[in-house]
Amino acid sequence: PRPAPRADETLAQIPPPRPPMAAAASTMLESLPAPLLRALRLKTKQQELLLRVSALALIYVLAFAVRLFSVLRYESMIHEFDPYFNYRTTLYLTEHGYSEFWNWFDHESWYPLGRVVGGTLFPGLMVTAALLHRLLRALSLAVHIREVCVLTAPFFAANTTLVAYAFGREIWDSGAGLVAAALIAVCPGYISRSVAGSYDNEGVAIFALLLTFYLFVRAVNTGSLAWSLAAAFGYFYMVSAWGGYVFIINLLPLYVLVLLVTGRYSQRLYVAYNCTYVLGMLLGMQIRFVGFQHVQSGEHMAAMGVFFLLQVFFFLDWVKYMLNDVKLFKSFLRITLTCVISVGTLALGIGTASGYISPWTGRFYSLLDPTYAKDHIPIIASVSEHQPTAWSSFMFDFHILLFLFPAGLYFCFKRLSDATIFIVMYGLTSMYFAGVMVRLILVAAPAVCLISAIAVSATIKNLTTLIRSKSKSPQTTGKTTGSKAAAKGAVDQPLPFQHNVAVALLLGAFYLLSRYAIHCTWVTSEAYSSPSIVLSARGHNGGRVIFDDYREAYYWLRQNTPTDAKIMSWWDYGYQITAMGNRTVIVDNNTWNNTHIATVGRAMSSYEDEAYEIMQSLDVNYVLVVFGGVTGYSSDDINKFLWMVRIGGGVFPVIKEPDYLVNGEYRVDKGASPKMLNCLMYKLCYYRFGELTTEYGKPPGYDRVRGVEIGNKDIKLEYLEEAFTTSNWIVRIYKVKPPKNRS
Amino acid sequence: SLTKAYAATPTNLKIIDLYVVFAVATALVQVVYMGIVGSFPFNSFLSGVLSCIGTAVLGVCLRIQVNKDNKEFKDLPPERAFADFVLCNLVLHLVIMNFLG
Repeated sequence: PRPAPRADETLAQIPPPRPPMAAAASTMLESLPAPLLRALRLKTKQQELLLRVSALALIYVLAFAVRLFSVLRYESMIHEFDPYFNYRTTLYLTEHGYSEFWNWFDHESWYPLGRVVGGTLFPGLMVTAALLHRLLRALSLAVHIREVCVLTAPFFAANTTLVAYAFGREIWDSGAGLVAAALIAVCPGYISRSVAGSYDNEGVAIFALLLTFYLFVRAVNTGSLAWSLAAAFGYFYMVSAWGGYVFIINLLPLYVLVLLVTGRYSQRLYVAYNCTYVLGMLLGMQIRFVGFQHVQSGEHMAAMGVFFLLQVFFFLDWVKYMLNDVKLFKSFLRITLTCVISVGTLALGIGTASGYISPWTGRFYSLLDPTYAKDHIPIIASVSEHQPTAWSSFMFDFHILLFLFPAGLYFCFKRLSDATIFIVMYGLTSMYFAGVMVRLILVAAPAVCLISAIAVSATIKNLTTLIRSKSKSPQTTGKTTGSKAAAKGAVDQPLPFQHNVAVALLLGAFYLLSRYAIHCTWVTSEAYSSPSIVLSARGHNGGRVIFDDYREAYYWLRQNTPTDAKIMSWWDYGYQITAMGNRTVIVDNNTWNNTHIATVGRAMSSYEDEAYEIMQSLDVNYVLVVFGGVTGYSSDDINKFLWMVRIGGGVFPVIKEPDYLVNGEYRVDKGASPKMLNCLMYKLCYYRFGELTTEYGKPPGYDRVRGVEIGNKDIKLEYLEEAFTTSNWIVRIYKVKPPKNRS
Repeated sequence: SLTKAYAATPTNLKIIDLYVVFAVATALVQVVYMGIVGSFPFNSFLSGVLSCIGTAVLGVCLRIQVNKDNKEFKDLPPERAFADFVLCNLVLHLVIMNFLG
């Protein structure tokens, strides 16, 4: 059930970006009384610094505050699915210390396989939150780790605005930096994954990404080893935080390649890339989950290739400088190039053919070939945030930035430098990936904000220059004698109404920016602040109804089942069950073992007796399903059921998808296929539902999500019994009966 | 003619060049040894080779920054360049020692 939009909850709007500082400052100061004025009179540079610092401070607070909607509306809790695993590991880290955490083997998930947690996660987020927690404790602020976890993402989003300011200043000027910081503070594409409560890797990773890029561009601009070292550390933080670091390790060599091809090779570039690559690669290999991928995986080979290419470039450059003889150098060049190219292709060929260099993994290959996942890896294709992006999503997440992006590209091309080439490349590659997968709009958001900020800043600067320039009146040019002088005067004369048009355009620009701010706060309030574990809707009288069924069910599990009980459910709920219910699960959101998930999928799609055999083999004690038919909650297991069938059928050919469809149509009413009407998932979801009247005027057993009366109302369960159903029937738990005594 | 031109470079650059050549030679020796003995444990092999490559690369960067003929770096004092070089080497070797296993 979707909440209706409310207009009374918009936050304060951002201040519009300032015209040249001194003009505003001097007008402000002139309105103060005289003795105060004399005491406060600052030089222009100091006025500018004061304005800039106060604007940045306001932007910092804004970025933090706009992400707090769900904390204010519901409570301070962790959202969604993945953050629960991160929270559980952070809790473990604070309780048992770093060494135990690094070597943790979790036997409570993926029963009976277990999971090596220490070696299969990205520790950056957990270590960051634990360090913040320790720092606050050292300052005698006794906060619970959960509060720190909930507020980590907004804190790092605020830090990202500072990095965006520095980056904008590096690429263009400080005005563009300020606008970039303001834009990214409220950009919905970034807010979607960094609200308070969304304790996920991306909250920290985007900060690390932008920081690495900023430090690298600064290193390329200055050619200093110290900045390259800082960039390597930024890359290390990124590798520890998110699997998307592969984007950095491929964008940097691509950027170097573009610079080499456009003839912008310089020794600053050599110093920056080499130091960053070698140190960054070494630091990256310290994370166990990444391991030796930097030298063995196909996704990282571009960086190594460009590394060797740069050595060749440097060598050729040095020989050219030494020789001072064009003909000799040309022949030397030809020999070297042929040698290098042949050796390189030979090495790459041998490496790939012998399997030493592993090919691109499915996760990243499906970015280059979007149709790959649907045919070969149904698990990746089934995740809702891996679907291709619709135009409405782009508009929703970017608003005016969508058309400011090409404008910014134009300005970047007008003033090409090493830094602007980088931001153009970052923008274009990230926009391509954002088009392939909805989730990656997050990676494109900083680039889009920066490029749009360049457009906004350059345009506003031009307009305000037009306003401040003195306009020549027609009488003065008329006084000059001679037709030639008059003609020249006519050319110099400014366009008619130039001043007024510039003021109008400036007002238009401010209007657009204020609409952007309003849109962003509305989007944050309506779409991105729901915890997804607590649902809310409006009742008929307008009052708000809260559905807290998930937590009700998990706490029932925690309090009413034996501690060694094993719960079988679809993988979406695994992390939440282990974190809140504190029970062992069969599969969870890590989805590392496709066969195990397919076994669960097969159990859910089989008849009850076949499923009972599978459940006995997995030692299952309880089964948990999510059912939205009573409340109209559409993300329930019946809607996800076809994916269970596909994933199960991918491994066990006995499960065939057409068995569950009627003429290619998915139905649950009387016309549904008999296999569908009698499979375990159907029985567990609709058990006793046939007696319930859900809507006035409809027959009992009316499913509000599918909009039909269910086909099989008289369900009898032989091997399971109902243990618990939450108050709104959203989560249903069944106990698996032990085998009958043989007499 | 290349050797003649090279003889004209200043001595401090020649020392750095010697250092770089030594580092690369050490790396090659390690790779040959790995070819004979096998690559287990891989992290030790990687840390050994990468420490040599790393010092070679940092040496070349130092040479670039200290070379008086480089117009891009003419207002970088050589002491600053050397300090950066030492800092980067420190970090490199700390990471190598952690990675050696």
